[in-house]
Amino acid sequence: MRTLAYILTILAVFGLAFWAYRENYATQQVLKETRGLRSNIAAAQVRLSVLRAEWAYLNRPDRLRNLAELNFDSLGLVPLRPDQFGRVDEVSFPPSGLVIEEGVEVSAYGQEDDQ
Amino acid sequence: MIRTPLRPLARVLPARARGENPDLIERENLAQRHSEMEVRARTRAEGRLLVLAAFFVCAYVAIGGRMAFMATSEPSEPVASVGGSAIANQRADIVDRDGRILATNFETHSLYAQPPQMIDPVAAADKLVAIFPDLERERLLKDFTGKRKFLWIKKKISPEQLQAVHDIGDPGLMFGPREMRLYPNGQLASHVLGGASFGKEGVSAAEVIGVAGVEKQFDDYLRDPANAGKPLELSLDLSVQDASEEVLYGGMKLMNAKGATSILMDVHTGEVISVASLPDFDPNERPRPPTSGFDPSQSPLFNRSVQGVYELGSTFKIFTAAQAMELDLVTPDTVIDIRGPLRWGKFSIKDFSNYGKELTVSRIIEKSSNIGTARMAQQIGAERQRAFLDRLGMLKPTPFEIVEASGGQPLLPKNWSELSTMTISYGHGISTTPMHLAAGYAAIANGGRYVAPTILKQTGPQMGERIVSEEVAKASLDMLRLVVSNGTASMAEVKGYSVGGKTGSADKPKPMGGYYKDKVIATFAAVFPTDEPKYVLVVTLDEPEIIAHGEDRRTAGWTAAPVAGEMIARLAPLLGLRPQIEPAHISGVTLTSN
Repeated sequence: MRTLAYILTILAVFGLAFWAYRENYATQQVLKETRGLRSNIAAAQVRLSVLRAEWAYLNRPDRLRNLAELNFDSLGLVPLRPDQFGRVDEVSFPPSGLVIEEGVEVSAYGQEDDQ
Repeated sequence: MIRTPLRPLARVLPARARGENPDLIERENLAQRHSEMEVRARTRAEGRLLVLAAFFVCAYVAIGGRMAFMATSEPSEPVASVGGSAIANQRADIVDRDGRILATNFETHSLYAQPPQMIDPVAAADKLVAIFPDLERERLLKDFTGKRKFLWIKKKISPEQLQAVHDIGDPGLMFGPREMRLYPNGQLASHVLGGASFGKEGVSAAEVIGVAGVEKQFDDYLRDPANAGKPLELSLDLSVQDASEEVLYGGMKLMNAKGATSILMDVHTGEVISVASLPDFDPNERPRPPTSGFDPSQSPLFNRSVQGVYELGSTFKIFTAAQAMELDLVTPDTVIDIRGPLRWGKFSIKDFSNYGKELTVSRIIEKSSNIGTARMAQQIGAERQRAFLDRLGMLKPTPFEIVEASGGQPLLPKNWSELSTMTISYGHGISTTPMHLAAGYAAIANGGRYVAPTILKQTGPQMGERIVSEEVAKASLDMLRLVVSNGTASMAEVKGYSVGGKTGSADKPKPMGGYYKDKVIATFAAVFPTDEPKYVLVVTLDEPEIIAHGEDRRTAGWTAAPVAGEMIARLAPLLGLRPQIEPAHISGVTLTSN
């Protein structure tokens, strides 16, 4: 009986030692992966902040203004002025060929405005 | 095992036979046994003590060793802990009210040299000068070949320069990582942002510290790791700021002014939407502060909006009129004698031109009559005027949150006499910054409550101390509107925005006393739209001068007012204000003014 207990205890110690050995290496592996991920995250964040800075730099107002001036022929962009605000009644209605189902006939107003 | 009997019969029996006392033998035996037991017990106890001592020694050695190890080891981040993966920048970003970046960080490198490790100092110096033309070859050679063990060559270098220096291949040239402050918008809002530089420098890192503007004012906030990822939100609007700087620069050039400043402020929240001061600088390459023996306002670092303490002239008249109405001394229609010149001792107060014998209060503001305003001030008196200006914040530096603002201490008369009261009523004899003026006009525009100008984004209106009643504020606004629609500031009229405002032109004081005859500070303070005021705009031009209609013109109505008008036309749409058809004026002000 006693011999059996001794054998079982020794086997248990062997088993636990093997388990601890494996856990130790598994933990070290996970820590290594975590460190890798951390450094990836750090690199990604640095890249992100550089991209944000570049985005802000490329969108700086004086560059956009210069671009608008350079491409005035094709874009025709001018600074926003008060007279550029439109009113709803200044919007012309679509041409009368359009089929509108169950709509109110308003195309006449649009034509009046166009004249 | 040999058992020793308790009674030593072998000796007791012969003793008894001899007639001796056997007890003696028994006792002797007992004593001998006891001493043997004692020795055994002591040995055992000593053994236990030894084990215990060994245990304590081991424990203390372990603890001491661990402490020594922890004291000497480099700190390392806990790798296994959950969360907290945010790797923070050294310094928080600064963004505008819509989250657009005004200041951020950028990774770069510094270049340093360790001459003892250099292989070919002469070639290295030659190649370095080829890469960085601003370095001096002789100086580098002296440093490289001399006794120095360490020297900084460049604080910040670009990736291309890094590669070029790397290609030199000298082991004595080394790089250290650096986080630098980047202002992607260049000169935009340079006076607000200020700038940053390096504090304590090491090879592997350097501290970034703010040197001016919000960077210095909020240095602790920006550097606090607890605020990582939470940028500092300013009240500025990037596009409005840019448009106002552009218009102001154009205006400054057109009016031949040597400096200009503009402030656009929300009258309810006190948020400063844009603040410009020209000439300006690039905070990425912040120039050195001027050395002594030189007018500080010449430097581009000088922030005219909060440091420029000027006499702002007739723009103060509306404060006098508002106070006189608040005290029930006058109404907009009260007629005041304006015959001049108004003499006070050897001093006489004159108007810009003769406006007749008498005018109503409303027309005095419209025509900008010094005499009429001075007469109102005489009724108010020195004490009440001083208290009123104090409540408007005109007697102390503005609470605007950039470090330079605390230097904008208004200049007040030493003795607030009746003459001072009269001149202060039209803005002479008191010098304030344009920021003070903007706060004062905002108080009138928002219905009579003081608002402190702020650079931080606010969530709601400030409900400051009441300065004047709603009715007085409304009547003052009507007067300001008349100044633009009929009076001295007709050039600031912008169709659809119902601009109200007041011009002010003050002769510049000479540094040695007295005033220049031909140099003025021209100011225009505007409120728009006057039916439902949202913004205050203050434009100040330093020494403007134009020739219009064959005459040399310096007054604000010809210089600052048109610039302000152009600015409102550009900025109001950006601020989301639609041009409105002005409601017809049915107040008695217009009807009785003729």
